[in-house]
Formats: sequence, C-alpha cells, structure tokens
Amino acid sequence: MSGKSRIPFYRNPAVRGVIAQAVVLGLVAWALFTIFNNTVGNLRARGIQTGFQFLDQVAPFAVGYSPFIDFKLGESPYWLVFVIGIQNTILISILGIIAATTIGFIIGVMRLSPNFFLSRFAQVYIETFRNIPVLLQIMFWNFAVFLPLLPFPKDSLGIGDEVFLNNRGLYIPKPIFMDGAAPWVLVAAVALGLLAIILLHRWAKERQYMTGERPPGLLYGIAVALGLLVVVFALFEPLRFEFPVLGRFNLTGGIQVPLPLFTLWFALSTYTASFIAENVRAGIVSVSKGQTEAAQSLGLKRAPMLRLVIIPQALRVIIPPTINQYLNLTKNSSLAVAVAYEELVSLWAGIALNQTGQALVIIAMTIGVYVTLSLLTSLVLNVYNRRVQLVER
Amino acid sequence: MAESVVFQPIVSRPPPLSETGLWHWARERLFGSVTNSLVTLICIYILYLLIPPMLSWAVFNANISGTDRSVCAANPGGACWTFIKVRFVQIIFGLHFGQHPEEVWRPVLGFAMLAGLFAWLLVPRTPYKVQVGLFTLFGFPFIAYALIQGEWLGLPIAPTNEWGGFLLTFTLASVGMVFALPLGIILALGRRSNLPIIRAISIAYIELWRGAPLITVLFMASVMLPLFFSHEIDLNKVVRAMIGISLFQSAYMAEAVRGGLQAIPRGQYEAADSLGLGYWKKMGLIILPQSLKISIPSIVNTYMTLFKDTSLVAIIGLLDLLNMAQTASRSLEWKGYDFEAYVFAASIYWVCTYSMSRYSQHIERKLDTSKRG
Repeated sequence: MSGKSRIPFYRNPAVRGVIAQAVVLGLVAWALFTIFNNTVGNLRARGIQTGFQFLDQVAPFAVGYSPFIDFKLGESPYWLVFVIGIQNTILISILGIIAATTIGFIIGVMRLSPNFFLSRFAQVYIETFRNIPVLLQIMFWNFAVFLPLLPFPKDSLGIGDEVFLNNRGLYIPKPIFMDGAAPWVLVAAVALGLLAIILLHRWAKERQYMTGERPPGLLYGIAVALGLLVVVFALFEPLRFEFPVLGRFNLTGGIQVPLPLFTLWFALSTYTASFIAENVRAGIVSVSKGQTEAAQSLGLKRAPMLRLVIIPQALRVIIPPTINQYLNLTKNSSLAVAVAYEELVSLWAGIALNQTGQALVIIAMTIGVYVTLSLLTSLVLNVYNRRVQLVER
Repeated sequence: MAESVVFQPIVSRPPPLSETGLWHWARERLFGSVTNSLVTLICIYILYLLIPPMLSWAVFNANISGTDRSVCAANPGGACWTFIKVRFVQIIFGLHFGQHPEEVWRPVLGFAMLAGLFAWLLVPRTPYKVQVGLFTLFGFPFIAYALIQGEWLGLPIAPTNEWGGFLLTFTLASVGMVFALPLGIILALGRRSNLPIIRAISIAYIELWRGAPLITVLFMASVMLPLFFSHEIDLNKVVRAMIGISLFQSAYMAEAVRGGLQAIPRGQYEAADSLGLGYWKKMGLIILPQSLKISIPSIVNTYMTLFKDTSLVAIIGLLDLLNMAQTASRSLEWKGYDFEAYVFAASIYWVCTYSMSRYSQHIERKLDTSKRG
C-alpha cells in the first residue's frame, strides 16, 4: 500500500477516540478545577476554615432521639452526632422496609385476587399512594392527621394494656434481659433451634430423594425450636417485659417510639408498599400459565405448586426492583426534615451544618453515606442477577 | 372453468347465557367460593362504613359559601372548601397573583396556550408537528415568561421569586424535563461508549447523582452552588433549584435511555457500521430513533418522579404547590384547615401524575400492537 492512499490520521477512529477523550477529560478537569478554585476563594473571602478538625469538637446542642447510642450534651463530639444520624437513618430504613414489604405483598396479591372488591381496593390503594408526592404524604399524616387527631397522653388510645398511642408517640413493651447466664441460655436456645430447623429440613429432603416420601421436616424443626424456647423460659426466665403505665399526665416505662418516627415510618411504608405491590403483581403475572398447568399435570397440590414452581420464578422478577425500592425508601427517609425526626440529613446536614457552617465537608459526608449504600445495593443486585441468570440456563 | 368456492364460515353461536353477562360476572368475581362470598360481604360492609361519612364530609355537608372562616366554624362536620375557594388563586399561581387577582389572566392565558400546543402535538394527523414541537420547546417558554413576568410587554411586573403554587411546580418540572432528557441521552451514550475515559466519567456522574437523595442535592444547590461560582454570578433561588433538579434527574433519565439502547439488537449497530456511517450519524439516524421509542414508558416514568419530586423544594423554602397550600393553611385566618389544604394539593398532583401514567400505558400498548402486527 502506498503512503498516499493511507487514511489521514484525523480520520482514524482510534486517534479520534483518543482526541475526544482528551478533550472531554480536559473539560471535566477544567470545570472541577474552576469549581474548586472558586469554592476555596469564596470560603476564604467568608473566613470559613474548611476541614475535618471540627469533628472532634464538642457538639453544643442536644440530640433529641438516639435509641442505642448514648449522647451527652457538652461532652460528645460532632462525629458522634454523625454516627447517631446514620443510626437513626438505618433504624427508620429497617422498620420501613419490613412494614413496606409486608403491606406490599398483601396488596400485590390482593390485586390479583379473583374477588372484584379486593382487587379494586388494591388498585385504588396503589394508584392513590403512588401518584402523590411522598413529602406531601408525610406532611399530611403528620400535620393533618396524627398531630391534631391523636389524643393527649392522659387519654391515650390503648390496644389492650400493653400498647398505647397518643400525640407524643407509640408506647410498646420493653424487653429487659435479666442478669447472669440466663440471657445467654436464651441465645444458645435460639441458635440450637435454628440449627434443628436446618438439619431437619435437610433430613426431610434426603428422605424424599431416598424414598419418595417427604416427612414434614420443617414442621418438626419449628416444633423443636419452640419447645426449646418454652423450656428455657420456664426454667430460667431470661427476660421480662416492662409495660408502659398510664399515669395522671403521661406514660412511663416501656419503649417510646416518638411521633415523628412513627409518622415517618407510617408514611414511608404505605408509600413504598404501593410500588412493591406493583412489583409483586408484575412478578406473579410474569410466570407463564404453562408453568401452572405443568405443575398441575405433575399432580402437585396447590401449596407445593406455589412453593416449588410459581414463587421461585416470580421472585426472580420481584426481587431486583424491590431492592431498588428499599434503596428509595432509605433515600426518602431524608424527608424526615419535614417532621423533625433526627436522621442523617436533618441532624447532620441540618442542625450540625447550621451550627458549624461547614457546608462542604458535611454535605460531602452525607452524600458519601448514601452513595456508599447505593453502590453496595447495586453490588448485591449484580451478584444476585448473575446467580439468577446461571440458574436460568 | 371451474367454479371457485369461497369458504364461508358459519357465524359462531353466542356462548351459553350462564357464561356471560352480569350474572356470570357476579358468580365468578363476587361469589366464586365460600371464602370469596364472605370476603365480598365484608368488603361491602367496610365500604358502607367508609363511603357515606366521606361523601358527607367532602360533598353533602361541605361548606363552600361565604368568604371567611365563620362559615366553616358554624358547621365543623363538613369540609371547609370555602378556604380553598378564597385562597384558590394564591395556591395555584403564588403570592403575587394572589395579591393582584386582576392580573391572573396572564398565567391563565399562558397555560391555555400551552394546552393548545400540547393538543396539537398529541392529536394524531395534525400538520406541521415538527415546527409546532420546536416552537413549543424554544419559542413558547420566552412568550410565557414575557407574559407572566410582564416586564418585556410593559405589563405590571410579577417577579419570578413571587411565582408560586402550581405555577412554580409546573415551571420547575418543565425546565427539569426539558434539560434532563438531552443530558440523559448524552450520559447514556457516554455510558455505552467504547472510549474508557468517557465511559468512566459517565458512570461516575450517574452513580453519584443516583446515590444521593434529592434533598441533599437541593441543599447543595441552595447552600453550596453560590460557593462554586465566582461571586459576580448571583443566581436566584428558583434557578438554583432548577439546576439541582435538572442535574439530578438527568442521571435517572440516562438509566431510562440506557435500557432502550440495550434493547436494540447488535445487528442494527453492525448494519449502520457497514453502511459506513460515523458514530453520530449511526446513533442519530439508526439507534436513537428506535431506542427512544422503546424507552418512552420509562422516560415518562422518570418524568412522573420528577414532577412529584419538585415538591421537595418546599424544604428549601420555595413556595411551590405543596408549600403554598401549607402556608395558606397556617395563616392566622385559616388555621386548622390543614386537611383540606393537603387534600386539595394532593388531588392536583394526583391528576397530573395519573394522567402521565395513563399516557405512558397508552403508548406502551400502542408499541405492543405494532410489534405483534
């Protein structure tokens, strides 16, 4: 090939690629540098020292709610406030995820019910909760329902004599572990019970392979575990419950779930449940009718058909978008600002930021926590998807 | 010549009466089994408990006459729509138009024009769709701004920071939608690119924004954006929120568009390559027209989220629909009518989002039949 007919270098895709990337990289670097430069300049002009030094200083404000970590006003440093924020975010997320999953599954299955009323009710639920902004729902429940309509502590709504609800929050019994070895016996009993369930389940499976008959292994396992618990409770009394008691003006004892946490939990779970319900419905619908017919022609009864054929295939469709909803719930918990529940954003990016003025560091740390959570979630999802794909082939 | 016989099917007989009609439907859907019948009865009882009081509160026993709270105070058993009636202009168009109700025709005219343009675009078989579309995107916003803000046309000025209520929500959402889509397409292309640095930058951008909650982004936009620019540039709070929303939603848009890109079979890329098309022509003429069509439902879904999420600007103190309704219900005059305010705002959000979701389902169905046919 002669030198003349060669492609000029500016038409060579490889060269163009390198040039394009260099230009983009240059632009991004320039933009970041400009932002950095301006920020440093602006901060200096305002006399703000940026850095992580403030984390060790004592926080001059009280933290309203911290169920597990002890916060002492005038002693605890800022980094503890950050940790408490994360703790409260995790608390509301876990509570919300459990409730949203439960409600979502019930509504999703109801949506597919042959009964006209049930399926219409589920549809109305889904369309109502899904199409209204979650912030509006949080505010609605807080300012228009719970705060004005719940009674004062002295007229608390009681469910039995154990659980109370009033305009300060929800009061539930508090388990108190006794001193000494008894709680450890309980832990051991729970572990043993779980082990028994797993082993008996395995044994039942093996029996089925050998003989074709499947003994109810899971049932035996649960019976053994429950029996163990009964024996432990009867012999050792490892824990007692402290019940909330209604006094003249207030409730004492038990665990108090403050009203902001209760409201946020209620609003987030009902909102997220509408999305999970749609996922559940889509998942069950996605299992083709042929699968049901095949299972029936194998002579499976309804329960094993659901357990062995339908649900495993539906779960493959349900789980990934549902995990994304869990992540959304966690991110939406930052709307706690509206009801003054002190999670990461309202405590750290709100109160602590106002106290210190360290906008740069504090916002970066806050976003860092959420991005870490989100990346972990996508990691889990990728692993799950890969495993599911392997099962498919 | 052989006589041709045309096959004439016999008209099929109607199904037996027991398999059709209301009776069959009721037997299947209401009283299929014992549990089913029981559930039906319980449901009817619950509806009986719920519906009459709700209707009585919202309709039959509601207050709408008069102009102050004495009407509602006299009849506390019903909803106080008087409050909504009195504050309607304020909740829909914001503080400025609430104080100057004689100027309300300006935003109303703006919305009417937009509705006309949309009708033109959505109704099939109207001419000049492309031109009208381009005008809606690039011409109309300036006309609307001139009309509502008023300065360019010599009308009394309605400063943008006093726009509020549904007008502000709508403006924020429209700006977000217009900017997030092209940004999202570019990011999605970047994420699917063969060039490692461009791919890495796109992925980093998308994951960073998608990982953070919108509220922190808005905090950042309202607290830190001024720090990022040199001090000559002074951005209005509304514009800052617009930047935050657009950048944030563009990451979600990128993921919606990427789904469509991934659904295009590899043969299409190879066909474009073998025609000798360069990257931009390949994408612009072959890949994107097909993939955007596929991803319309997820794009509309992202738009729905964007629309609902504009309500978060209430937290950084902008008076959007949510915040305006709340502020109105906290005024001294109408204290205690939060319920009505939230129900009103919620129903506006609901109508907008629900119609978007119906539209997306409609498009999805249309695409589905085209595939089958």
